[in-house]
Amino acid sequence: MSNLVKIENGIAAISNDDWTLVQLPVTQVEERKQAGKVVLFKLTGESTVTEDQIANTVIPATGKIIVPLSVFVERNNELTNRIAQGEVGVWLATHELLEYLIQQQADLNVLPMIAVFVERFADGRIFSLGTLLRTRYGYKNELRAFGDVLRDQLFFLKRSGYTSFVIRQDRSAQDAIASLNDFSKPYQGAVDDPQPVFRRYNRGA
Amino acid sequence: MYKYDEIDQQIVDERVTQYRDQVRRYLAGELTEDEFRPLRLQNGLYIQRHAPMLRIAVPYGMLSSRQLRKLGDIAKKYDKGYGHFSTRQNLQLNWPKLEDTPDILAELATVEMHAIQTSGNCIRNITTDQFVGIAPDEVIDPRAMAEIMRQWSTFHPEFALLPRKFKIAVSGTKQDRAIVQAHDIGLEFYRDNNNKVAIKVWVGGGLGRTPILGSVIREHLDWQHALTYCEAIIRVYNLHGRRDNMFKARIKILVKALGINEFRNQVEAEWTHLKDGSNTITEAELNRVAQHFEAMPYENLPDHDAGFDAAIASNPGFSAWVKRCVHPHKQAGYRAVTLSLKPHGKAPGDVTSEQMWAVADLADEYSFGELRSSHEQNLILADVKLSDLYAVWEKAKTNGLATPNIGLLTDIICCPGGDFCSLANAKSIPIAKAVQMQFDNLDYLHDIGDIELNISGCMNACGHHHVGHIGILGVDKDGSEWYQVTIGGKQGNDASIGTVIGPSFSAAEMPGVIQKLIEVYIKERTPEERFIDTVRRLGVKPFKAHVYAKDEVAA
Repeated sequence: MSNLVKIENGIAAISNDDWTLVQLPVTQVEERKQAGKVVLFKLTGESTVTEDQIANTVIPATGKIIVPLSVFVERNNELTNRIAQGEVGVWLATHELLEYLIQQQADLNVLPMIAVFVERFADGRIFSLGTLLRTRYGYKNELRAFGDVLRDQLFFLKRSGYTSFVIRQDRSAQDAIASLNDFSKPYQGAVDDPQPVFRRYNRGA
Repeated sequence: MYKYDEIDQQIVDERVTQYRDQVRRYLAGELTEDEFRPLRLQNGLYIQRHAPMLRIAVPYGMLSSRQLRKLGDIAKKYDKGYGHFSTRQNLQLNWPKLEDTPDILAELATVEMHAIQTSGNCIRNITTDQFVGIAPDEVIDPRAMAEIMRQWSTFHPEFALLPRKFKIAVSGTKQDRAIVQAHDIGLEFYRDNNNKVAIKVWVGGGLGRTPILGSVIREHLDWQHALTYCEAIIRVYNLHGRRDNMFKARIKILVKALGINEFRNQVEAEWTHLKDGSNTITEAELNRVAQHFEAMPYENLPDHDAGFDAAIASNPGFSAWVKRCVHPHKQAGYRAVTLSLKPHGKAPGDVTSEQMWAVADLADEYSFGELRSSHEQNLILADVKLSDLYAVWEKAKTNGLATPNIGLLTDIICCPGGDFCSLANAKSIPIAKAVQMQFDNLDYLHDIGDIELNISGCMNACGHHHVGHIGILGVDKDGSEWYQVTIGGKQGNDASIGTVIGPSFSAAEMPGVIQKLIEVYIKERTPEERFIDTVRRLGVKPFKAHVYAKDEVAA
């Protein structure tokens, strides 16, 4: 059974997944470590993608595919036709830069799908990435969270602009749906409702 | 103080429901230890040495008598009949059962209280000056803004899982009492040249294992932009703060690595997109919230009271208490009173259920039913008439709340330490008690005068030892407990980080070490000097020399 939860027209439901996730081949290159050196925070201790990995990534010939950001950028010419047909989505990890995507693809709405991979559920960068994609870059299509996605983060993900969630395989997606509505009247404006509570309601005096 | 409407109440009620289900799933094995940890922490629940610890939020230190009475009830029913006020103005229960915590939160919700975001890697309780609203040197009462920020930060979806904890302090006085420079963000409210409310924004301060005072990121920010500007700061931090090493994950490390100028550039660039957005605070919202903090219905009173003057003249005990525990008030004929939670030989900041009830009664009878907690871990009655001070003193005394040591050496700021906290390297409470017993002579204490002694059981610095005039830090050396001593730290506008005087000491040596530091001060001070002034004038050297001098052997 699918573990994909999708919000469509404001209603969340389990949905079949018609996208194929394209993974980078596993690398032998060690993680970049910068012991004691503070250079680029976003790369500290996190793996970088190698040219070999990009070259060796197997892109299925047909069907709807979500490709890694680096493959999308570096092998874009192979994908041109399929992008035009709406068969290509992009995924990025939480430490990757949105600027890298925008440089390649200024109009994000050409993409029917952007997915963000969260390796550990406690990595809150995913919320800022969703917020930026929606508010800064005007992305309107499906925004998906996958990886270590658990029900107790769903409310925040939804508020940060995500509309679909691949719940971790060992957990019930059906149970997770309930958490999308943990709070009925949140205080602050966010992506799903930009108006803060003091602009939504007359709270009197 | 702020009163909930249905929206506020619904949020805390829904939180109880959510948390109850999270606890149920954890106990049923549906959530692993690692998955449950951030959930329980964001509800203030730590797993401690002996039992869980529950930290209850006291937003910017304001409490009603009804709330304090309930806290007393909860401590009685679910704990061992006492609680502990922390250096972030919150109340901690040291012995609740995990299974009971949902019920505790449900009871708290009935008095408009919660434990939301009192721990974990999120925006924590916003703190301020305990004399907010009544201090004679106050320029702006920042409580309405603090409440607006409390609401904004509660379950802020973008900042739900930051690289590390995030602490904000607000202040609106000439003399800073909220240590805004030692916070991730410090907001200093003032009136600008056009007499408009403006904010000086500090960023990247913090204690912990890398103590750094904050830098000014913006000299002038219109109050309407407080939320969007904080969002810009925290977004840059959320995206770029380190997540690989929890000891390097605070915003201060990012600010230091980038430099304040580059950090400012990034924040300002981010802010151009957020400025004037929907989270901009409206005049109407500020007015709505500010109505909850209007001045109390004071009587018109003269600034002298014959009965009070007579009691001062005839009763040295009362007089000593007034000197230390009674503070000026902007309204003529009123004073603020600090109820000392630092009786000698007891854990600093601890308060029994009976004391909580007694203080709630005092607040009802003499101070409009409200009180405050301070980051110095005492309780404050903010609005007491001069003519009532004697009665307050007598009742406080009966309840062990009138030790006249506020601002003196035994008014020790102290974390729970190794007796309770599983992070601690060393115990802190026994050191505090030993120092209090060593200096258990009020005349001597008054002679030593204003001094701040801060004790932390580990480098997480919950006892703010870096900004104590004397700071004590518990360290672990090969599995045994030692104490490192700093002097010259200070909170306030001229804040400074203390200097280590030398190798650390055993617990047994500590009262003697403090004694020697005081001896140097007594010998060297000029008539007007406080301990901190003497340290600043002379430097560490003479103190170090005396403390480490080999005991002279009589010939």
